[in-house]
Amino acid sequence: MLRQLLSGDLPRSRSLTALLVVIVLGLALAPFLTSGARPLNTAATICVYIVLVASYDLLLGYTGIVSFAHTMFYGIGAYGIGLALARVDEPTWGVAMTGLGLALLLALALALVVGLFALRVQAIFYAMITLAVASSFAVLASQLSDFTGGEDGVTFSVPHVLSPAYRLVEREVFGRHLDGRLLTYYVVFVGCLLLFLFLLRLVNSPFGRVLQAIRENAFRAEALGYRTMVYRIWANVLAALTASLAGALMALWLRYVGPKTSLGFEVMTDILLIVVIGGMGTMYGAVVGATLFILAQNYLKDWMAHGAAALDGVPVLAAALHPDRWMLWLGLLFILSIYWFPVGIVGKLRLRAWLAARSLR
Amino acid sequence: MSLAPAVPSADVQLPATRRDIAPLLLVPALMLVTLPLVGSWSTWVTLTVAGLAMGMMIFIMASGLTLVFGLMNVINFGHGAFIAVGAFSATLVLLPLRHWLEMDSLPSNLAVLALAIVVAMLVTALLGWAFERLLIQPVYGQHLKQILVTMGGMIVAEQLIHVLWGAATIAVPLPTALRGALLLGDAAIDKYRLVAVAVGLVVFIAMYLILNRTKIGLLVRAGVEHGEMVEALGYRIRRLFVLVFAAGAGLAGLGGVMWGLYKETLTASMGGEIMVMLFIVIIIGGLGSVGGCFIGALLIALVANYTGFLAPGIALVSGIVLMISVLLWRPAGLYATGRG
Amino acid sequence: MERPTPNMLAPDPAAHQPLLRLTGVHTHIGQYHILHGVDLQVARGELAVLLGRNGAGKTTTLRTIMGLWRASSGSIHFDGSDITRLATSAIARAGIAYVPENMAVFSDLTVRENLVLAARDGPLDTARVDWICGFFPALRTFWHRPAGNLSGGQKQMVAIARAIVEPRKLLLVDEPTKGLAPAIVHSLMAAFRELKAQGATILLVEQNVHVVRALGDTASVMDGGRVVHAGPMAVLAGDAALQQRLLGLSLDTQP
Repeated sequence: MLRQLLSGDLPRSRSLTALLVVIVLGLALAPFLTSGARPLNTAATICVYIVLVASYDLLLGYTGIVSFAHTMFYGIGAYGIGLALARVDEPTWGVAMTGLGLALLLALALALVVGLFALRVQAIFYAMITLAVASSFAVLASQLSDFTGGEDGVTFSVPHVLSPAYRLVEREVFGRHLDGRLLTYYVVFVGCLLLFLFLLRLVNSPFGRVLQAIRENAFRAEALGYRTMVYRIWANVLAALTASLAGALMALWLRYVGPKTSLGFEVMTDILLIVVIGGMGTMYGAVVGATLFILAQNYLKDWMAHGAAALDGVPVLAAALHPDRWMLWLGLLFILSIYWFPVGIVGKLRLRAWLAARSLR
Repeated sequence: MSLAPAVPSADVQLPATRRDIAPLLLVPALMLVTLPLVGSWSTWVTLTVAGLAMGMMIFIMASGLTLVFGLMNVINFGHGAFIAVGAFSATLVLLPLRHWLEMDSLPSNLAVLALAIVVAMLVTALLGWAFERLLIQPVYGQHLKQILVTMGGMIVAEQLIHVLWGAATIAVPLPTALRGALLLGDAAIDKYRLVAVAVGLVVFIAMYLILNRTKIGLLVRAGVEHGEMVEALGYRIRRLFVLVFAAGAGLAGLGGVMWGLYKETLTASMGGEIMVMLFIVIIIGGLGSVGGCFIGALLIALVANYTGFLAPGIALVSGIVLMISVLLWRPAGLYATGRG
Repeated sequence: MERPTPNMLAPDPAAHQPLLRLTGVHTHIGQYHILHGVDLQVARGELAVLLGRNGAGKTTTLRTIMGLWRASSGSIHFDGSDITRLATSAIARAGIAYVPENMAVFSDLTVRENLVLAARDGPLDTARVDWICGFFPALRTFWHRPAGNLSGGQKQMVAIARAIVEPRKLLLVDEPTKGLAPAIVHSLMAAFRELKAQGATILLVEQNVHVVRALGDTASVMDGGRVVHAGPMAVLAGDAALQQRLLGLSLDTQP
């Protein structure tokens, strides 16, 4: 039954399985294992980023397309639901769904347009065009401040069930109030879980296999009779829609949308870093990578601050360990991963398990 | 004393070479068309000079990027690092010699500026060499990894700027003699913008002469077409690659210095911020074409300035609209080199 | 396979060694095994012709000599040194000039610039250029035109001119007459004859039987990635049955 759930794509490594179990359980029980706003925020961010990166892996790892427009779709989903809820007096599910629906339509339209226009050209061309389109979109979003709230973004209220004041049951369960925040968290968690399993199903289907064939050798795939353009556009559209849904969930959790959190280039670099370090073309790489990355983003900085304090006085090193410089180390790790762990953490774990299994025979 | 029979004349008749002049007319045409639209001569002059100055700086920054792609088929998503590092390296000269810059003497100002430029170009050329050996060479031919690895390189470079120069932005005021404007009738023309245009023209003419009149230039142009044959003629094409890459980085450094002074502030992310525009420019120009890059840079800057005045709403997306328009006319850019 | 050299006045021991010798050369391209142990020798001053059906491996042999494809095993000796593992540019600098099948003229460069590039050792030798233009007058006509504007035959002239603009020890020429008008072929043959008279060594891949018979000193026939026959041209030319067996055609066809 587990096999079916995971669409036949098993971890294939004891260490990886253990890691995944820990992560999934941790995320599932986060409200009860932790207290305070920050850890739960971290957990929600991890859930969303898992889906965001996994949808990018669909493009990059499985179809071999480098796109810089992914955050644009993420932002569209976030803004769709956020603006809809911000513009009405009474935030209801209906309003939220309408906003989301419109956002998905926009995402679909853009994904089709960009795909049709640019997927017929060389990869480099496509990457640059998506970069140009995404950055123009980001600029538009921050300039149309009347509509989008500009640089500062927009805060909004969520449907009553999800608001902090709401209580599902009056008494505490395992020491926690079953309030709107907790419910929101589980909406996010379950939503992300379903989206992830959907992606897993997608890449393990015949469709997914054709994508991989196209990634390996587009000419050959075309010669075998597969219309590569069509598959690429499909991959583009599905990845875009999934990213939009992830964005919507994030907006619901934060009750805020803004260009920096939803459309900024920083998000794009985060996605790239995670997908490479975690392991391209594995899906589980997104899980492991996103978890490590977000945890590091939130807690590593504290350690770095300690290190910087300890090295206070040493000119360059102290500056290099300053918590704001954590991108430096991540960037170095990223470059090293491309050379030495081209298959990422997940790939490495699987390789080790496979080699171990071979040597036993 | 020839043993060969006379070559029949039918073979000699070839159509006369048609020079591709259409793209060359775009910039003058644009300038002429907007004059009546703007209405006022002085405003038009101000806008045009601003556009030309910005365009020249963009050209300087983008020229290395397109040349490297044309010759080596390498796309460097970390090119912005050279721009930022160039600008910051210039402060190693500009700040200690601040006194000379504050003097209202054109010769001393220009001397310090020239020294700063030389330092910046040396540092970035060196960085470019390191970039090529450490990041580009190992992933030769794999575009996907090139994109990722060069992006990583830019992230690291940006962070290192923070580490070495501090996290704050650095102010670099214009040299005194270059502040202010000259008056041409009613029109005010910023002195610094004139300098930028002059430098840009010098760079373009120098590149043109080198590419067309020197053996190295021949090698680069031949290498863009057929690297294998250049090797078969006995030249080590790898050395050429490294040289061109370092030169491209140096040019980006020069562009960074010019642009940093234009904005009068330096930020570590200044390179990354402008990458999108550089990509649009080299796509418009045609990947690998220096001449196309020149025209593309001027076009995008002029269009941005003109629309900023005439139709501010679309000014921000004018670049991308321009790109789409050019691609609809010529799908491989203004001058296709067969690489894009 | 020894051959007496034309110049018998200088008994240089090296002169008796073949200028080029391939021994057991195998070449793999990707997963395809193209050359299956090629043995080939070219003596100094001779014009050796490499024959064979399409796909026999002739171009691959030339490219392997030139280092454009790496020999997976075997050895290539040129003028006494082992060039098997050298880079292409080093092989070119050792004195080998290559005229590829697709000519590879630089279209954006003028005829003059193409030749300037090929003249590694210094400026163009005007006397030599005059001599070359003697065979190929079209070069003079289109001297300052981009090479991309030239016809196929004229491009071939540029490609060959590039290879001989400075004296080289060995010329590798891949099917120069393919698709050319008879008059141009005539010019090319005259050029090759005069080069030979000046002591150049040429390894020529050719399918044009008239050229082969008229110019070749020795003939090596390839089939399935191997050299299956090697010997003086006279031997092959005189044996019609051998020609039929090896090439599927006769060398007796008139031009």
